Amino acid sequence: MLTIKNLDVEIANKHVIHDLDLEVKAGEVHAIMGLNGTGKSTLLKAIAGSYETKCKGSMLYFGKEILSLNANERAVEGIFMSFQNPIEIPGVNTIYFLRTAVNEQRLARGEEALSSPDFMKQLQEKMSFLEIDKAILQRSLNVGFSGGEKKKSEILQMMMLSPKLILLDEIDSGLDIDALKSVAKGINALRDNKTSFIIITHYNRLLEYVQPDYVHILNDGKICKSAGASLAKELEEKGYEDVLSSS
Amino acid sequence: MSSQINTIVKQEYKLGFETDIQTEQAPFGLSEDIIRFISHKKDEPQWMLQWRLKAYEKWLKMDEPVWAHVHYPPIDYQSISYFSTPKQNINSLDEVDPQILETYKRLGIPIEEQKILAGIAVDAVFDSVSVKTTFSEKLLELGIIFCSISDAIKEYPELVKKYLASVVPMGDNYFACLNAAVFTDGTFAYIPKGVKCPMELSTYFRINALNSGQFERTLIIADEGAYVSYNEGCSAPMRDENQLHAAVVELITLKDAEIKYSTIQNWYPGDCEGKGGIYNFVTKRGKCLGDNSKISWTQVETGASITWKYPSCILLGDNSRGEFYSVAITSLAQQADTGSKMLHLGKNTSSTIISKGISAMKGSNAYRGLVKIRPQASNARNFTQCDSLLIGDECAAHTYPYIDVKSTSAQVEHEATTSKISDEQLFYAQARGLSEEQAISLIVNGFCKDVLNQLPMEFAVEAKALLSLTLEGSVG
Repeated sequence: MLTIKNLDVEIANKHVIHDLDLEVKAGEVHAIMGLNGTGKSTLLKAIAGSYETKCKGSMLYFGKEILSLNANERAVEGIFMSFQNPIEIPGVNTIYFLRTAVNEQRLARGEEALSSPDFMKQLQEKMSFLEIDKAILQRSLNVGFSGGEKKKSEILQMMMLSPKLILLDEIDSGLDIDALKSVAKGINALRDNKTSFIIITHYNRLLEYVQPDYVHILNDGKICKSAGASLAKELEEKGYEDVLSSS
Repeated sequence: MSSQINTIVKQEYKLGFETDIQTEQAPFGLSEDIIRFISHKKDEPQWMLQWRLKAYEKWLKMDEPVWAHVHYPPIDYQSISYFSTPKQNINSLDEVDPQILETYKRLGIPIEEQKILAGIAVDAVFDSVSVKTTFSEKLLELGIIFCSISDAIKEYPELVKKYLASVVPMGDNYFACLNAAVFTDGTFAYIPKGVKCPMELSTYFRINALNSGQFERTLIIADEGAYVSYNEGCSAPMRDENQLHAAVVELITLKDAEIKYSTIQNWYPGDCEGKGGIYNFVTKRGKCLGDNSKISWTQVETGASITWKYPSCILLGDNSRGEFYSVAITSLAQQADTGSKMLHLGKNTSSTIISKGISAMKGSNAYRGLVKIRPQASNARNFTQCDSLLIGDECAAHTYPYIDVKSTSAQVEHEATTSKISDEQLFYAQARGLSEEQAISLIVNGFCKDVLNQLPMEFAVEAKALLSLTLEGSVG
């Protein structure tokens, strides 16, 4: 699904990712861990197509080079990114934003826009599945949301947009156990042999609910170690220094 | 991001076409003779001419204000034609030059009554004269007078004499005084006691002639217990020369009356280097004369190369209420210095000011406000919120709020924010599949929501479309 080769990324005139290779196949879950400032968020932004990132190398998505595409074009192709700090948009209702996003993507793909009743039906199903309070629909997007509400709203958007490649940037940070469980429930609901995930996290906690196929350690802009789910556990027990020096 | 934003805000001005009709223009320049010429052309009574001449004499002794945060080369008042009229006398719609009708059609303004959308009466002002006022007769059955100010001067001189310049005195400021001397047309509306005007009243101003100025004067009076919602729209052809628009609007509400005044201003804004465009130097003021009366201003300012405008309320009656809701966008090289004054004189008076300024490209936007509470205005209240939104890194936003409170029982609140459409906000919306244009339009509309909600339905739709158009190409 996604093949990254020799990727170099600059952000704010800083060379952050060096010569990175990564292969994500359909249905796989990849977790990326690493110390702060090692380029994890930058990597996701580069895949999602942020203006801030300047990329060299190659990034094939279903065999097609996507580095020259804008973020919205990549979104229409099925790439979704949830943000570490979801952005506030004052004056724009969550429901209005969601509906605009869903329908713009559909129209861009040449599909028909969802009718109001169909949209509401899907939305209500997903909100009750994630145990999200309906009140957030009428509130401005992310404005005054608690940490948990913001992250759940990201997961709701993810479910409504039915993407193929899902990038989650610290979706678990700042969540209490209950919120973490509903976030994990949302992620697992989308797991199938066609949907892939790249998950950035600092803790093994989330990975206990969402079993990854691979865990990569990103250090100094490179993937310096890759292994199965056990690596996350090992990291939590020993810390980065030990794990990295022993490899 | 900057380069991309700039391509989005650069949007061609859609109403910049010119209508080729025969006009009769006054010679350039301003003098007593020109004022006599205008008054004569308009077949005005002697008292009106004397009033104009007095204003002209005053104006000669005044200086152009320089305190606003706008910059422009000196205006040569002798190179402007102060009167321009389509060359014909009009008695009915059939006699209106088809070219003018076509112009209004292209602008989307319904002046052909039979085809009109129900519920909106329109006064169309083309250059210096009112070409057609629709629904006047139907409104007259309710006692509502809705006509051009020129007709009102002739037909309702007592009302005009009583209220003209009662809110904006002749010598109030330089541009208002100039207007008093040379005003050519405008709208007059009078809503009698206890009548709620059943339809939206609307005036559409169009500047067409080259090197002409537009100096309209609008006077609206809501008698005791009356209500009216009035809307104003404007546009002009694209020209390299700057054109002057110096209007005066006066609103008067008597006891228990209410006037809601909405403006969508879309004058030609000039180009991205600041060449051409309308100088929009306007004095708008309302007086809540009676107790429990209310005046509400809503404006969406997207056009004009320079805007200098402070719709204000004098809250004289006890329990009277003033409101000001504004969205001002400056893109290209536009400059705006706009805001409101709320003068509290009566007891328990209250006022609200919500101002949203948006700057993009090389636009400069200033909010200037004055909340003045006099000692006799016990328990007066004001709430002011002024927010600025910046798009790109070449634009500017300024705020100059003045608060002058002389009453210890007053309650005054002022909130202000300045924010920028950040790369992160755009990226977030784009990562959800919205194009950059859609993302900006969404963020801007969200930012302006509190104001747009105040507009009558059809005008809100127009305003939203206009906001998106004005900002198309502004992201860069």
